[in-house]
This record gives sequence, C-alpha cells and structure tokens, in this order.
Amino acid sequence: MTGSALLGSLSAPIGGSWGYRRDSVACVSASPVYLDAATAAPLHPVARQALLAALDDGWADPGRLYTQARRARQLLDAARAATAETLGVRPDEVSFTPSGTAAAHGAVLGGLAGRHRAGRVLVHSAIEHSAVLHAAERHVATGGASTEVPVDRLGRLDLARWSAAVRAPGVALAALIAASHEVGTVQPVGEAAGACGDAGVPLFVDAAQAVGRVPVPAGWSVLTASAHKWGGPPGVGLLVVRKGTRWESPWPADEREGGRTPGALNLPAVVAAAASLRAVAADAAAEAARLAPLVARIRARVAAEVPDVEVVGDPDHRLPHLVTFSCLYVDGEALLHALDRRGFAVSSGSSCTSSTLRPSHVLAAMGVLSHGNVRVSLHRETTEADVERFLTELPGIVADLRAAAGVVGL
Amino acid sequence: MTAPAEVLDCRGQRCPLPVIAAARRLPELPVGTVIRVLADDPAAAVDIPAWCRMRGHEFVGTVTGPDGPAYDIRRQH
Ligand SMILES: Cc1ncc(COP(=O)(O)O)c(C=O)c1O
Repeated sequence: MTGSALLGSLSAPIGGSWGYRRDSVACVSASPVYLDAATAAPLHPVARQALLAALDDGWADPGRLYTQARRARQLLDAARAATAETLGVRPDEVSFTPSGTAAAHGAVLGGLAGRHRAGRVLVHSAIEHSAVLHAAERHVATGGASTEVPVDRLGRLDLARWSAAVRAPGVALAALIAASHEVGTVQPVGEAAGACGDAGVPLFVDAAQAVGRVPVPAGWSVLTASAHKWGGPPGVGLLVVRKGTRWESPWPADEREGGRTPGALNLPAVVAAAASLRAVAADAAAEAARLAPLVARIRARVAAEVPDVEVVGDPDHRLPHLVTFSCLYVDGEALLHALDRRGFAVSSGSSCTSSTLRPSHVLAAMGVLSHGNVRVSLHRETTEADVERFLTELPGIVADLRAAAGVVGL
Repeated sequence: MTAPAEVLDCRGQRCPLPVIAAARRLPELPVGTVIRVLADDPAAAVDIPAWCRMRGHEFVGTVTGPDGPAYDIRRQH
C-alpha cells in the first residue's frame, strides 16, 4: 500500500473492494478451528495491509517537526478521525492506549480522580472484566470505596439495585460492561445510563466485546475498547472521554494523547486498528446476522446433544459471536486440552483453567456451574462448517472425558 | 438446621471432585438425608449449589467452621 492509499483506507468509503471474507463453503477438514475471538480475533486483512504500510510510513514520532514526523502526524490524525467517526464522537475525545486493560484502568482511576470532590465511591457490576475490578481494588486499597451490583442467573444487571446504588451519597463514578466477555449477555446500558444521568453520576462503559460488533447505546461519559477483539492488532486500546466529563489523568504527566495516556504510541498498530475498525463496523450488521444464528445453533445443539450441560447467558439479549456452557463433572482444563488436541481453540472462565484457582467471578455472580466451562467465540473467518465440526465432535469428547473420570450415570 | 447424617471430607480436592463425591454418595442415602461436603476449593461454593439446582436437590446452606467452608445438601427425591 502506498502512503496515500494508507490514508485512503482511513477515510474512503467502505465498499466492495474490502471483499476479503473467506469462502463460506469451505469443506470439512482437520485444519485447526480457532474459536476464541473474544480473546483475540484473527488479524483482519485491512489491519494487516495498513500495518505493513504504516511500518514503512509511520515509524517516526508524530510530535517532531520534520517531514517524517509530519507524515506520522497525518497518519495519527487520520486514525483518530476515522475512529471518532465510527464511534460517533469528536476526534479530541479519542485517545489510543497500549491495551484495553490500560484504557480500563485509566477510565476507572481517572474518572474517580476527576470527581473526588463529589465522593469516593465507585459503583460497578459484579461481572466487570478483571481490568476494571483490579482498578477498583486499587481504589479501595488507597482509601476509596466500591459498591458491587449483582446480576441475575442470565447475567443481566439488576437495574433496581443499580439505580439505588448510583443515587447513594458520595458516588464518583459508575462502571458497566457493555456485554459480558464471559457469557455474552448484553447489559441494559441505556437504562443504566439513564439512572446515572438522573443521579448526576458519570458512566464508564467497557465496550471491549461490543465495539465493531453491536451498537453501544448513548449516555455514557467514558468508553473503552480493545483492537484485538475486532481484528485489529494486539496492543491498542481506545479510551474515549466525552467533552464535559470530569476526568483527570491518574498517571504521571505526559502530553501525548490529550494527556490521557502516557508514552509513545505504536503508531503502525494504531493505524491498523483504526483502518480495521472502519471496515469491521461497516460490516457489523451483516456479520452479526451471519454469526447470531450459528451461536443459536451452538446453544441449541449443545443443550440437546451433550448430557448434563448448562448453557449459560441470556438466550436473546446477547452478543452475536459468543456462547458459553459448562459440562457437569468435567474438569475444564482437561476439556480445553482435549479440544485442542482435536484442533479446536476455545477458552474458559473456569477455575480449573486459571492460575489463581478461583472460580470465574462472572459465573459465580450468576450462580451457574463454573467447572467444565467452555467459551466459544466466532469471527469473520468462522464458517458454518467449522461450527458443524465442533458440534459433531464435542459430545464424544465430553463423553470420553466422563468415561475416563468414571462419572457416567451420576 | 438439621444435623448432617454424614460428612464428606473433600478438602484438598479441586473442582469438580467435591461435586462428584456428593453426586456419588447422596443417592445411596434415604430421601430427606442431609450430607455435609467439606471443600476448600472456592469453586465448590458456586458449583455445589448449582449442582443441587440442576439435580433438584435442596442446597441447605454454607457452614464455615474450624475445618473451613462446608456445604449442606438434602436429598429431595
Ligand atoms: C470486556 C473486556 N475488557 C477489557 C479487556 C482487556 O483488553 P486487552 O486484552 O486489550 O488488555 C478485555 C479482553 O480480555 C475484555 O474482554
């Protein structure tokens, strides 16, 4: 890609020329099937092209005063403008961060710092990403307070408790995940934002699993996202702070990115993230319409064909690409290894697969089975044949593990 | 609270072993019997109540004593 084509990829209308989708009639083969897009989606072709071009064209520091720097500055400005346009916000409200995690830390700690005069309480749902919970722990460890709002069995926020919590005295910030990264349940962001608005409390929405997939309702003050969830490169996050929001950087001073996140940017990755977000957002509705029925098929077939399985999350109000279930009596780590040996890459929130040995806080908050847990998440390269192969092999894999553990018929 | 008829000591066992132990033992006892599962894997706090719900048994409650957390369940059918 030439330099001007690169800029074009950040501003030209998205048309048929980005027709990269893999042929969906791919035949069944033993090739690996990657089903962990919720951790990291495969690099989008637009991201790859933009990344390669920007490595040649965007390596200079955009803050300097020579030709190469001006070129880099142009690319950064175009990336910011494209991202702002896709999200429906102003360019100066968008900062690029080194990850979704760094963005979430900044959102929480900066949102609390900006409103410390209003109080020291952070309200958050029980199913936030660990990035948000760890920032909340830091806040509490340094003298702040937090209120956790429960979810129901389907992983939906308890709106009555949320509204009461944000109305309480001393609330500085409220944090709600747009849709659960573990079970896919879409949260009532619009209603939650309404309650925050009535209480005069700014809302931070962690939209890492929603941006590029589903629309995020308005009403938030701070939003974060993560490029490798939508097919951008790893190591790029978004921190969006709406004008008029009281937000104060929790980091040591640094002028870059509007003073919201310190350090030199990985500009080639930022350009690739912005270009792929445009492409993905233009395709999001069609892609959701293609993937949602595959997710519905997984939910139905797993429930019907694997005995003693709990398919979790809201059946209707859910992300189009993510589905989670737990298999009774099955060790989660053994299941992930068995699936990997058959070529399926999936992940799990279950205790047995994490180094901490704690059950997933999301599954615990929902009160659903946490062992034998599998999260399957689809992406633009996932074909119907991939899903069929997974559904065909899964019951046998689970049955073999149960037979080996001697738990059949319990 | 009914005193448990039996205590299953599953300390040191990782999920799903405490759930499996309960699933093996409970059907061997008369309907109405309460057993106590001693389990220090924190996942048991989630998975034992979830198993009771899935199998239609009663989760009586969590008891934390000198031996660590324990979970009482009653056979319902
Ligand atoms: C909801 C949510 N928030 C935040 C993150 C963190 O993003 P990153 O992997 O870019 O640090 C993730 C990814 O794991 C996520 O799913």
